[in-house]
Amino acid sequence: MILTNIESVPGRQIVQHFGLVQGSTIRAKHFGRDFAAGLKNIVGGELKGYTELLQESRAEATSRMIEQATSLGANAVVNVRFTTSSVAQGASEILAYGTAVRVE
Amino acid sequence: MSIELIIGLGIPIVLIIVGRVIGARIERAHFENIAEREARFRNQPALSTKQLVPPVSIRSTELATGSVVVSVDHFKRFIGGWRMFFGGEVRSYSTLIERGRREAVLRMKESHPDADAYINTRLETSTIASATGNEGMGTIEVLAYGTAVHYDRAP
Repeated sequence: MILTNIESVPGRQIVQHFGLVQGSTIRAKHFGRDFAAGLKNIVGGELKGYTELLQESRAEATSRMIEQATSLGANAVVNVRFTTSSVAQGASEILAYGTAVRVE
Repeated sequence: MSIELIIGLGIPIVLIIVGRVIGARIERAHFENIAEREARFRNQPALSTKQLVPPVSIRSTELATGSVVVSVDHFKRFIGGWRMFFGGEVRSYSTLIERGRREAVLRMKESHPDADAYINTRLETSTIASATGNEGMGTIEVLAYGTAVHYDRAP
């Protein structure tokens, strides 16, 4: 599966469009991570627990999007976008979406 | 003076001082680290355009992402809190944003270190709320993503 965030796959011709595909996941932080982050908050800097949590969620959303594209018979997803929105206190939704296409 | 007053005032003051001293040191070290890593990627630019000028023949592409969650220290949070009362530019938070953006772009590059360029680079910033619902606690997530391209070099 080829992913790009531009309208085409450079060097290859798009032969078929399958429309929008998307994948999303909603994750909550767990208590332990929140507590550790609270301590790290005193001195500032990177909160590694949260970085990892959000990276895992984004990988999950991307793989769901790829699954959907594969089931349609696509071999690439172009114009991929990521968005994050908070659903509730301490929980956020990560969405990945793009256009499934078949390239030569 | 009652013991409650000492604890009630003392702990926040200690946390602010600890934040000021250690936070500034961590931040300086982080900026030095960022500058050093940026120098390594000087010839592999991240571009916000979709096309390369002049046009270059491209061999392969991959989606590259990089993200980081960073927060300010207690001292800056305290100063920022006062600024929000009086209004005006919150300068104590600007280094936070800069740290986050530069780090995220670097991680995007490091995820595909052999690429020749990263086109259509996008930056997304979102605030992280704590579980207790305290928003604006000065924690942000920055995501950088783009298309890593490898040039088609003539043999």
